[in-house]
Amino acid sequence: MKHTISVLVNNRPGVLARVSSLFSRRGFNIDSLAVSTTEDPLVSRMTIVVTGDEMVLEQIEKQLYKLIDVIKVRDHSEDPLVDRELSLIKVNATPQSRAEIMQIVEVFRGQIVDMSESSLIIEATGDSEKVDALLRILNPFGIREMVRTGKVVMVRGGRE
Amino acid sequence: MAVTGAQIVAAQLKKHGVEVVFGIPGGVVIPLYDVLYDESAIRNVLVGHEQGAAHAADGYARASGKLGVCIATSGPGATNLVTGIANAHMDSIPILAITGNVRTNLIGKDAFQEADITGITVPIVKHSYLVKRVEDLADAILEAIHIATTGRPGPVLVDIPVDVTLATLPSMPEGKLDLPSYQPTYKGHRRMIDLAAKTIAEAKKPVLYVGGGVIRSGASAEMAEFARKLGVPVVNTLMGKGAFPEADELSLGMVGMHGAAYANYTMNESDLIIAIGARFDDRVTGRLDKFGVGAKKIHIDIDPAEIGKNVAVDVPIVGDAKLVLTELNKRVKKCEVAEWWEQVRRWQEQYPLTYEQSTEQVKPQYVVEQIYELTQGEAIVATGVGQQQMWAAQYYKCKRPRQFISSGGLGTMGFGLPAAIGAQMACPEQLVFDIDGDGSFMMTVQELATAVTQKLPIKIAIIHNEYLGMVRQWQQLFWRGRYSGTPLVSLPDFAKLAEAFGIVGMVVDRPEGVRPALERALEIKDAPCLIDFQVVPEENVFPMVPAGGALDEVMTDPALWKSLDKKETGKAG
Repeated sequence: MKHTISVLVNNRPGVLARVSSLFSRRGFNIDSLAVSTTEDPLVSRMTIVVTGDEMVLEQIEKQLYKLIDVIKVRDHSEDPLVDRELSLIKVNATPQSRAEIMQIVEVFRGQIVDMSESSLIIEATGDSEKVDALLRILNPFGIREMVRTGKVVMVRGGRE
Repeated sequence: MAVTGAQIVAAQLKKHGVEVVFGIPGGVVIPLYDVLYDESAIRNVLVGHEQGAAHAADGYARASGKLGVCIATSGPGATNLVTGIANAHMDSIPILAITGNVRTNLIGKDAFQEADITGITVPIVKHSYLVKRVEDLADAILEAIHIATTGRPGPVLVDIPVDVTLATLPSMPEGKLDLPSYQPTYKGHRRMIDLAAKTIAEAKKPVLYVGGGVIRSGASAEMAEFARKLGVPVVNTLMGKGAFPEADELSLGMVGMHGAAYANYTMNESDLIIAIGARFDDRVTGRLDKFGVGAKKIHIDIDPAEIGKNVAVDVPIVGDAKLVLTELNKRVKKCEVAEWWEQVRRWQEQYPLTYEQSTEQVKPQYVVEQIYELTQGEAIVATGVGQQQMWAAQYYKCKRPRQFISSGGLGTMGFGLPAAIGAQMACPEQLVFDIDGDGSFMMTVQELATAVTQKLPIKIAIIHNEYLGMVRQWQQLFWRGRYSGTPLVSLPDFAKLAEAFGIVGMVVDRPEGVRPALERALEIKDAPCLIDFQVVPEENVFPMVPAGGALDEVMTDPALWKSLDKKETGKAG
């Protein structure tokens, strides 16, 4: 099962290396990882999507807490979330297919951010399922390149 | 008055009572060594190889309970520490490793003798620092010492570029601890402690399973009170030797792969396993799905990540063993376990820990027994890793904590001699033995020079069987006797080797020679000495639970092995 966890860490050099080393050493699988600073410049947030059962998740949390620079670990399995990821997709587009692609992008509320004789770059934001669906539909046109940020999340409501 | 980074390091070490550092100088640590040159309060011990420095710091910490400190230069000096750091990490030993590094403006440029030692050691340190500004140096050393010695102890590395040790500050900084995210849990949860007491009261066949955490916590007195209050069998891990006196009538000694059969049966047949500062390691549990199947488990450990890592636990208590046992002692009374004891005593009679004595050849177990008798069980015993380590663990019963200095988790051959050096420096008044294997000893033999220089009266007893004996034993038992790579065909004459280092070397090749040689060794007070015990080459360590076997599949009788179908098991570890 996939879990999304937020890890608040001290914003210091080497923290990302410590976290990623822990995951590889203990054999935990990272599906995606997004890192950025937070409202407090001394603190960074890592949003990590991992696959594993409850036992694995418990070990991940406990092992993360052993890292001196880890401040807080939170599993979002039970939380109501806003989750988003950003993707850039470079897709083959001939003058004949261009219009059709642009219609699809509109349905997904994406944007065309670059255009050439033979290709388009599409920017799409949404939860992971939406990005997956867009990719599926664009696939027949020929996807030349694709990049995704990995999921970032925020708990809904007044809580932090 | 202006101070340099090197002076800041020395001042922080002194402030924390560091009396000895082990290391080897090199280009980028000359400033630090220059300060140590004038520092009478810190003994500066030159070792033969940086691995020896880390092991000596480790042995010092194990024997004293204090922080061990080692220093290495950048590049190869630092990478040579790696095995020693990993060793300390696996056994939760507080050491501070200080490494020099190239100038900050050269870091990342593949400069001469540059290595990314903070990167290399990420998975094997409790924490590490790369200090890039002299303003941060005092804080880093202070925090490093705090982290190494508190909570679950462990190694911390501080890497200091040479321009930082040379840089100056206008005055000596105090250093401050700023670790809001590091808060070890010491006090056990009251409800869990109550539940543990209730669970213990209901048990019919309980066993205490005692590990190194009890020693790290300094909880032996509380441990003894707990065991005697309950009146139940006690087994210990290799790391837990001495946490509870092994000669006590409640003690069944070591449990696990080479533990006594009765200890393993007791563990596996119990209905309640009370684990204290132990981590259900595979060398203890054997095959996990057949381990303690009918037993509830209480697990007391300061590291929350240990609880539930290997086995499911019924009563988890995160906390320091000393504090938790103090609370438990207020809540427990004697267990009604007469029938259980009868069963345990029957196992003890039926499957005693024993070996076949010889009148012709020196038996390794006999050597350990004689050392035990002659030292009345009072000596500090360091070991290498392999058969000799297991015989030492089986036949040298420990009375007190910090007496048995052995590489448990990592199983580092070559640990014995440098660890004995650290232990003897920590405890100059005590008798220190290094019970070593011929293979193990040769891995760090250069530290003989260190022991001689420091005039340490360590007794080095080499169990000399001309094999990498433990691997040979596995090859004999599980790999159809194909001794690939295990015969040690060109060992030196150990006695002559000792003489070459200027110390006494003796050879013993008959059983009647064991005692007189040991007696002579005990008379040497100002230098190490070495005894080459030429033992039965193909002696095996029994009992043995084969790797991957269940605890009750323990093989007690060597004769049984001979009748076994020796098919390849393919089990690798």
